[in-house]
Amino acid sequence: MDFEDGAVIDGVTYHQYDVVIVGAGGAGMRAAIEAGPQVKTAVITKLYPTRSHTGAAQGGMAAALANVEEDSWEWHTFDTVKGGDYLVDQDAAEILAKEAIDAVLDLENMGLPFNRTPEGKIDQRRFGGHTRDHGKAPVRRACYAADRTGHMILQTLFQNCVKLGVEFYNEYYALDMVMTEVDGVEQPSGIVAYELATGAIHVFQAKAIIYATGGFGKVYKTTSNAHTLTGDGVGIIWRKKLPLEDMEFFQFHPTGLAGLGILLTEGARGEGAILRNASGERFMERYAPTIKDLAPRDIVARCMVQEVAEGRGAGPHKDYVLLDCTHLGAEVLETKLPDITEFARTYLGVDPVVEPVPVMPTAHYAMGGIPTNVSAEVLRDNTTVVPGLYAAGECACVSVHGSNRLGTNSLLDINVFGKRAGNNAAAYAKTAEFTPLPEDPAKFVRELVESTRNATGTERIASLRKELQEEMDKNAQVFRTDESLAKVTETIHSLRQRYQQISVQDKGHRYNTDLLEAIELGFLLDLAEVVVFSARNRKESRGGHMRDDFPKRDDENYMKHTMAYLTGDPHSADAADHITLDWKPVVVTNYQPMERKY
Amino acid sequence: MAESAVLEGASAPADEAPIESFTVTLIIRRFDSEFDDEPRWVDYDVELFATDRILDALHKIKWEQDGSLSFRRSCAHGVCGSDAMRINGRNRLACKTLIKDLDISKPIYVEAIKGLPLEKDLIVDMEPFFASYREVQPFLQASGKPEKERIQSVAQRERFDDTTKCILCAACTSSCPVFWTDGQYFGPAAIVNAHRFIFDSRDEAAQVRLDILNDKEGVWRCRTTFNCSEACPRGIEVTKAIAEVKAAVLRGKPDVPKSDLVSA
Repeated sequence: MDFEDGAVIDGVTYHQYDVVIVGAGGAGMRAAIEAGPQVKTAVITKLYPTRSHTGAAQGGMAAALANVEEDSWEWHTFDTVKGGDYLVDQDAAEILAKEAIDAVLDLENMGLPFNRTPEGKIDQRRFGGHTRDHGKAPVRRACYAADRTGHMILQTLFQNCVKLGVEFYNEYYALDMVMTEVDGVEQPSGIVAYELATGAIHVFQAKAIIYATGGFGKVYKTTSNAHTLTGDGVGIIWRKKLPLEDMEFFQFHPTGLAGLGILLTEGARGEGAILRNASGERFMERYAPTIKDLAPRDIVARCMVQEVAEGRGAGPHKDYVLLDCTHLGAEVLETKLPDITEFARTYLGVDPVVEPVPVMPTAHYAMGGIPTNVSAEVLRDNTTVVPGLYAAGECACVSVHGSNRLGTNSLLDINVFGKRAGNNAAAYAKTAEFTPLPEDPAKFVRELVESTRNATGTERIASLRKELQEEMDKNAQVFRTDESLAKVTETIHSLRQRYQQISVQDKGHRYNTDLLEAIELGFLLDLAEVVVFSARNRKESRGGHMRDDFPKRDDENYMKHTMAYLTGDPHSADAADHITLDWKPVVVTNYQPMERKY
Repeated sequence: MAESAVLEGASAPADEAPIESFTVTLIIRRFDSEFDDEPRWVDYDVELFATDRILDALHKIKWEQDGSLSFRRSCAHGVCGSDAMRINGRNRLACKTLIKDLDISKPIYVEAIKGLPLEKDLIVDMEPFFASYREVQPFLQASGKPEKERIQSVAQRERFDDTTKCILCAACTSSCPVFWTDGQYFGPAAIVNAHRFIFDSRDEAAQVRLDILNDKEGVWRCRTTFNCSEACPRGIEVTKAIAEVKAAVLRGKPDVPKSDLVSA
């Protein structure tokens, strides 16, 4: 269809941009800073940009600046590969580690107030899995701003977007990607978004689209993720029958506030905090004798769960372990870890200065997501690029994190690959033509919104969501078995049936968050099914995917990425009827898989 | 069981007694221009635990009683700045206000923050707030492209640490009586964000911002009522920051510490 930019046709507003970025967290805004000055760019975001969950990241951003001790990007590459249990694409990890240095300097030059060394350089601290010379000892590689590094990154990127006059569409929910058949192949031609304030629908025709929509931690109950992290972007890609990679690999951060899941940075252990069981034993010494509490997150999380399972948990119900910061002293806590000190005081009434903090693993980060190459281009199979479609940040899978992401590598990932996505999308848009929109491109979203708003069934959104989250915690968390995964498969299927009978109480058009929670739950259910289906298929233990029934890593059969495709009716009872799994080879350059010991 | 599981501290006694819950009454100021002529106060009884937050209470109402109750929230632990609201007459983040810290023998009053256009229930139009923020040029302005990082001493970095904590929740600005009566006033949050750059040793545009804030709607409108400092969920000494900006306007130049670098 043809239209003038800004035209309103049948109540739908039509816009035209060279580049449309979906999501305004770290990756989206980093992309906007590149694309904005080059081509006509819009950022569509379901939240005001500064509400994005990048702002909750605490500990740091890795880069081998060697400001406080010897370091090299090659060591960083190795740590990333080993930390990811060899499922990392090594060419991508090398780019991540090399470009890390400029990524940090870019942010500093943009104004980010990093903590400083006595010489006035960017200060660096230790973090899990980051080591000197291939595992010899922990290294100070994480550049940080107290324990609000993510906050400072988000603010700095937003400030620079303000400086550059980047166009934001705040509180617009992207609910569909429009595809147009060109020469027999479906190509993305635009984004359809729902304006929260008015309920109006907007179509954004775009030459290039960047997904930077973050994760989907809300498939779990105990999570460090925001309420809004419901995987809408990843879910849209899935519904468009594009593949998702390595969805079984979800990271459980070791130190969530027990019972609440609120994140306490690994930077606490970087500064010297120690995990203890009920008897006060520093149990990580038994599991990772060299780097102890600074082992990667998958390992520490498993050890914590094991301590509790074997009866060594602390507290009245022996159901958590303790993060002991008491020897760090009030000054280190108040100056380098002020936010987490406050979180423990506010939410648990525990003062980390004088008593250890109850902690347990919390669902934190999706290693898997939308497959891309190192140019941030989205793949429609193992190798074929979808022209004009890009993804970066947690929603993407490059794969730089393999089966387990190292702490501080995600703030790095959003900056390195956000920048690449922004530049590459702009370059593409400069030479590309608009792909024509199909007739009535808003049809799907209009019908979705209207049918959801008018839903008058018997099922409450909140009860379905609660059951999903609780069952995912029980059956697809740190430890999984075929039995547990089969059980939660059943649950998800029954929830998907019940989801057909939901009720939405808010019938209004303005700020209808009831309606949006219903739509978000649809994405959560879709993605939980892919996570569990992929997890059942991987009969080995690697990184964040620990199968109790297959406790060993099996390189012969499984050193390859999972690729999941939606190939049938998503509502069919058996997931195998609509999900097809395939494999994608891991890129190995310098590092042959070794046993993973720390 | 509430959304946030209740948990005794590490030193709590090992009793198996069920944790006590309470019926708490919230009285919420509701408004939807699509259906209402004017705002109305609506009562809700909610079963809560002492460690629940007001955000948990709002979720329980939305999820179990009335799905049309509308409010913003995201991170739920005080870092994203979505859920600033007036709770018992004070501006606070719903996710950082625990039931145990309120007097639940009386109803808890919850309403939208004041001074910004009311959109629906607890949601206001944030655009005027962000417009003031944008006006103070809240971004680093420094000439030249250094080879690596710009050098900054620990003391220079410390000088503006407090104002880097701002999450733009608008709790301060919408607690300010001057802002309530004069929507043109920049408001505390914009001044805090100007302060963050005025006192940054790397920045070269302090004077530009000081001139902007010397305007009739600038720092001189501040009457030092300290509401903003009390409202700030990040503990920023907002009134002090405003006073420092006022002093810099008068002196014409901020007191940024001299470099005290230790040579490598």
